[in-house]
Amino acid sequence: MRAFTVVTSKVLPLDRANVDTDAIIPKQYLKSIRRTGFGPFLFDDWRYLDPGTLEIDPATRRPNPEFVLNDPRHAGAQILVARDNFGCGSSREHAVWALDDYGFRAVIAPSFADIFYSNCFKNGLLPVVLTAEEVQAIFECVAADADALFTIDLPAQTVRLPCGRVCRFDIHPHHKHNLINGLDEIGLTLAHADAIKAYEAKRRREAPWLFE
Amino acid sequence: MGRTLYDKIWDAHVVKEFGDGSALIYIDRHLVHEVTSPQAFDGLRLNGRKPWRVAANLAVADHNVPTTADRIRGIRDPISRAQVEALDANCAEFGITEFRMNDPRQGIVHVVGPEQGATLPGMTVVCGDSHTSTHGAFGALAFGIGTSEVEHVLATQTLVLKKAKAMRIRVDGEVGVGITAKDIALAIIGSIGTAGGTGYVIEYAGTAIEALSMEGRMTLCNMAIESGARAGLVAVDDKTIAYVKGRPYAPKAQYWDAAVASWRQLHSDPDARFDAEVVLDARSIEPQVTWGTSPEMVVPVSARVPDPAREADPVKRSGMEKALAYMGLAPNTPITDIRIDKVFIGSCTNSRIEDLRAAAAIVKGRRKAPHVKLALVVPGSGLVKAQAEAEGLHHIFLDAGFEWREPGCSMCLAMNADRLEPGERCASTSNRNFEGRQGQGGRTHLVSPAMAAAAAIAGHFVDVRSMH
Repeated sequence: MRAFTVVTSKVLPLDRANVDTDAIIPKQYLKSIRRTGFGPFLFDDWRYLDPGTLEIDPATRRPNPEFVLNDPRHAGAQILVARDNFGCGSSREHAVWALDDYGFRAVIAPSFADIFYSNCFKNGLLPVVLTAEEVQAIFECVAADADALFTIDLPAQTVRLPCGRVCRFDIHPHHKHNLINGLDEIGLTLAHADAIKAYEAKRRREAPWLFE
Repeated sequence: MGRTLYDKIWDAHVVKEFGDGSALIYIDRHLVHEVTSPQAFDGLRLNGRKPWRVAANLAVADHNVPTTADRIRGIRDPISRAQVEALDANCAEFGITEFRMNDPRQGIVHVVGPEQGATLPGMTVVCGDSHTSTHGAFGALAFGIGTSEVEHVLATQTLVLKKAKAMRIRVDGEVGVGITAKDIALAIIGSIGTAGGTGYVIEYAGTAIEALSMEGRMTLCNMAIESGARAGLVAVDDKTIAYVKGRPYAPKAQYWDAAVASWRQLHSDPDARFDAEVVLDARSIEPQVTWGTSPEMVVPVSARVPDPAREADPVKRSGMEKALAYMGLAPNTPITDIRIDKVFIGSCTNSRIEDLRAAAAIVKGRRKAPHVKLALVVPGSGLVKAQAEAEGLHHIFLDAGFEWREPGCSMCLAMNADRLEPGERCASTSNRNFEGRQGQGGRTHLVSPAMAAAAAIAGHFVDVRSMH
């Protein structure tokens, strides 16, 4: 997994609450059996005026000029900011893969849905929870100057706004450690293989019907 | 101090505490479907890993499968076919039991698991699907996971988890005639919001929950995720045990008594402490209909579409305006004035035998309104379909102009050919009314099976209690 330490970037403002994973990546793209290539379909229904599928070349489609992702002022932003309950709905990790594949490294919101939140950490995408007031301040900064640069410092657990204001965020130490070091969680867990085997032997004695 | 049901299941599955609030948790049952697993199997191959315990896994293709009778000849859409074939090949390669598309036991993974007894009380159950919360109806800790976690479970039989907070939602009293688990679920979401349960595991309790059948409890727990909670739970009682008994994966005779004795412990202790408590009065719950693009945008059938002008919070007001524009609805429209184009009765929320019986009871002897283009009934599994046909329910639907299909997820998320066209309005028994969920530009109203059936007959929403 790609490590995350410090990212400095413009911010893409997506001024919506309850952005669900169906909106982040619609169902027709979940038929892909790959992990990559979802970036061109990120926010597909909002981003394009005509319908798309895996078989249609996105370059041939009509972008929706009203949608913020198509606003050239925000091109190259690696940080997305949105309102409450970002990533609600389906467990599809494709939503995180699409954000990552598009080029986002972090999402800032006042709250995230639980499954989306944990999926982020498996893919080097940092979800940052700030207060609604802090998120509002970020929206206002971006509205005033789309080119303004924000810095997310994971080791320090801070977001620095262009005005100099610094917002602190919480993150579980386990998530932080794995993200900073880009660690493979399966490899780490398998280091506890003996503990898993010991647990399993005990469980087999206590609830043998689970192992029939 | 007493423990909650969640505490008891959590404690029984801790392999190792990491001392920072997270723990390695053992997973008893892993359900697998075609959409969220191919990249996980690839991950195993890339790293030269094997499934830790093959027998813990059970696979079934459900999201992509066609629901038309011609599927016996295979899937026409080449991309859907490739995904289902990838599941077949992965299960064959790793030795995982799979109910293939034309197996009579095939169906929606959250219908199949309980039906087979593969979901048992006290288990940890996971699947790469958010509606895994369904299985909490059995007093099992069940939740959806992403594909990286699917790979983690395959490789290690565990997950690294941080313990959630515990919420209890009590629904006390007796619901009125014609009020179903779906109405209770929607009323709860309307009350606490789609993020009200975020960070929590919800235990549903109270006399109205105890009174629900296992099917009803599955509907309720299924929608826990729509209130933000990764898992929902209902305590084990006689109904739970009676449902499990005799199913193919249920404990064998020599273990049955010991299993039941341990399951009897699966309830919260009287002095258990919850981090949050919510109480609803069952008698106040009416049939529910969603009007917007989030399950929390829900009102009783007797109400009107809300007016954003009356919402003080600017973020909420803007969300309501966007939802009404997408749904093509004017504020203050009576819900019963909303005409529909299609009806979908199915999904992991409402495709079990009790759901089909409830819908058929309304449809019997009537016909769908002429302007309703399609009224689709999609049983949750091949076994549900067979049971319904043995009871003659399919004749009731077919005589009324409904379509009777093969099992699968179908128009809940429209990954197969069953979908809404842009602008079409649907009364749906599924779980999500998100933009585009049932087809790009489609407009979804979530309701109970009886309410969907009533809307199909009337051509618009109607209080099902007037049709009994």
